[in-house]
Amino acid sequence: MAKIKGDIVINVERCKGCEVCIAACPTSVIAMSKEVNGKGYHFAMKVNDTCTGCINCALVCPDGVITVYRAKITTE
Amino acid sequence: MEDQVTKIDIRKDENIVYKRTDLLVDRPLSYCPGCGHGVVHRMLMETLEEMDIQDKTIGVSPVGCSVLAYDFMNIDMLGAAHGRAPALATAIKRLWPERFVFTYQGDGDLAAIGTAETIHACNRGENFVIIFINNGIYGMTGGQMAPTTLPGMRSSTSPYGRDVATMGHPLKITELIAQLPGTYYVTRQAVHTPNHVRRTKKALRKAFENQKRNTGISFIEVVSNCNSGWKMTPVQSNKWMEDNMFPFYPLGDIKVDGQLVPKKETAEKE
Amino acid sequence: MGELRLMKGNEAVAEAAIRAGCDGYFGYPITPQSEIMEYLMAEKPHERTGMVVLQAESETASINMLYGGAGTGKMVMTSSSSPGISLMQEGISYMAGAELPCLLVNIVRGGPGLGTIQPSQADYFQAVKGGGHGDYKMIVLAPASVQEMCDFVKLGFELSFKYRTPAFILSDGAIGQMMEKVELFDPIPRRTEAELIKQCPWAATGKPKNREHIIITSLDLDPAGQERVNLKLQAKYKIMEENEVRYETIQCDDAEYIFVAFGLSARICQKSIDLARKKGIKVGLFRPITLSPFPTKPLGEMSKRVKGILVVEMNAGQMIEDVRLSVHSDQKVEHYGRFGGIIPSPDEVVAALEQKIIGG
Repeated sequence: MAKIKGDIVINVERCKGCEVCIAACPTSVIAMSKEVNGKGYHFAMKVNDTCTGCINCALVCPDGVITVYRAKITTE
Repeated sequence: MEDQVTKIDIRKDENIVYKRTDLLVDRPLSYCPGCGHGVVHRMLMETLEEMDIQDKTIGVSPVGCSVLAYDFMNIDMLGAAHGRAPALATAIKRLWPERFVFTYQGDGDLAAIGTAETIHACNRGENFVIIFINNGIYGMTGGQMAPTTLPGMRSSTSPYGRDVATMGHPLKITELIAQLPGTYYVTRQAVHTPNHVRRTKKALRKAFENQKRNTGISFIEVVSNCNSGWKMTPVQSNKWMEDNMFPFYPLGDIKVDGQLVPKKETAEKE
Repeated sequence: MGELRLMKGNEAVAEAAIRAGCDGYFGYPITPQSEIMEYLMAEKPHERTGMVVLQAESETASINMLYGGAGTGKMVMTSSSSPGISLMQEGISYMAGAELPCLLVNIVRGGPGLGTIQPSQADYFQAVKGGGHGDYKMIVLAPASVQEMCDFVKLGFELSFKYRTPAFILSDGAIGQMMEKVELFDPIPRRTEAELIKQCPWAATGKPKNREHIIITSLDLDPAGQERVNLKLQAKYKIMEENEVRYETIQCDDAEYIFVAFGLSARICQKSIDLARKKGIKVGLFRPITLSPFPTKPLGEMSKRVKGILVVEMNAGQMIEDVRLSVHSDQKVEHYGRFGGIIPSPDEVVAALEQKIIGG
């Protein structure tokens, strides 16, 4: 069967921890880190594998730190 | 089976469906966390990239938080004196009619000190795009009252809230310039949710397509947040914006193809 | 020989702009210089050369239109009179800071404030000492005839592009309004886009793939960077001082006294020389043509040979400060001026020479 799978990569050093992406994600993929980046911000991170690659998080990210991948996966 | 799917690495170039455009310079933006400027910058640069007009575009940045916009947009740009961006753009477009020209201005720049330049450029029907970021406050200088600050809204120069009796009323300059025959497309958008971002992008594309046809001014207001100035978290400020800014500054098209949109249709349909 | 015409000074400026290959004029009406834009509009330069002429909503808008045009390498100019030039000072400072070329013409009227519409030279300080904020200088040319009104438009554009700095013609309401014979220079074609980009590689003309993006600004928030900007400007001004000083001397070879005067005052002094010499007073004229850079060295040299200097200006004493800085502190230097739109007569200038310098 075919399934749409998404993934995100967050440039954590450019993330300012505004959390706008969290509200935009329909599948609750993103949460804030406990650690901080070089600028002292808690950064956004992917916390589960339910991403659909909808790009909502990347669209609203003011700093453009999110790259989104999407692929159709066929499994037996 | 589910586990197998999730373990497959899809992080390959051919699977990229969204990444930061190369028309943004590869450096951190100077804006506060959660500020809408970054999204508008990116949508603007994506529009130029999709139209393949990077080499034909000359932008004008204002004085205000986006004074350094030229450091982030990988196109030729001029930094204007406070409020004068439409005067610069007027001359640039008249002298380079084949170039695409835009101004990027905040509310203090466009609707206070630069009101005359804004109105006259719009009234002459100059053929450039004006992008107007309205967050109801002077962000860069530390949160002073703006021409678009709401009645009762607190700022560092209206610490007890804007008293319209002594401080005047907020200026709906977008509705005002829509009345002028020189404006062709006037719209008010936002960038705090994915759908709003998509609509702003569409508006930008429409504006630059209009410029190709020399239709006159295309004017895009983006109602945005200023979480630092409003003293809220970014997420709170977006909610506050929906609850307070949007009722006063309703989203939607105000003038399309040179025709005013009837008022009842102006309100945003979610 | 070029084409001869009888023209007003203001008209000569306008015709010269078209012939110099100017790309754009942006201005706002004000007496006594409105003929410049009126002439341009009537001449339809967009048909003659493709030059853009636009009546702006204010002098503030005009100067910022220049900033926009100049930032893209275009040859742009404006003209105004004293109150309007005051409004432009912010933009001039920005253009000096961003190192942009342009030509500004001030047909000076009496001030301060709304003042009068009659001629004056009271904007000398504003033109040569800055006017706007920050450490900057312009090239300031002072025409004394309608011919020079024409010629200095071409010269002003040349110098402004050579040094990437605003050039300024400091004239007055009398020279703007008077009619004289002018020999017009042959028209120079406007630059093509390729010629402009070759001449102005620094200009924001649209970023091709193979070069970095260009930013035109006067902002550098880093103090070290802003100091570098200032040092660069000062180095440029030093070169201007070395290469661009212009002046004229009349009957100075045997002179025991000299008038120092610019523009209209210099014309009056020429008549005063004739009157004085009939009385046996050997007087000559030193006329600075570039008020900035000021002809400090040649004036200093000449002052060593004379007994006294009378600075004649239609103001309360402005250029006299630069004259004093040019000569030895023992040198006798006095000022004679009329203001508020009054033009001094040659007789009263001679009388002032006799009273303040010879008899004083």
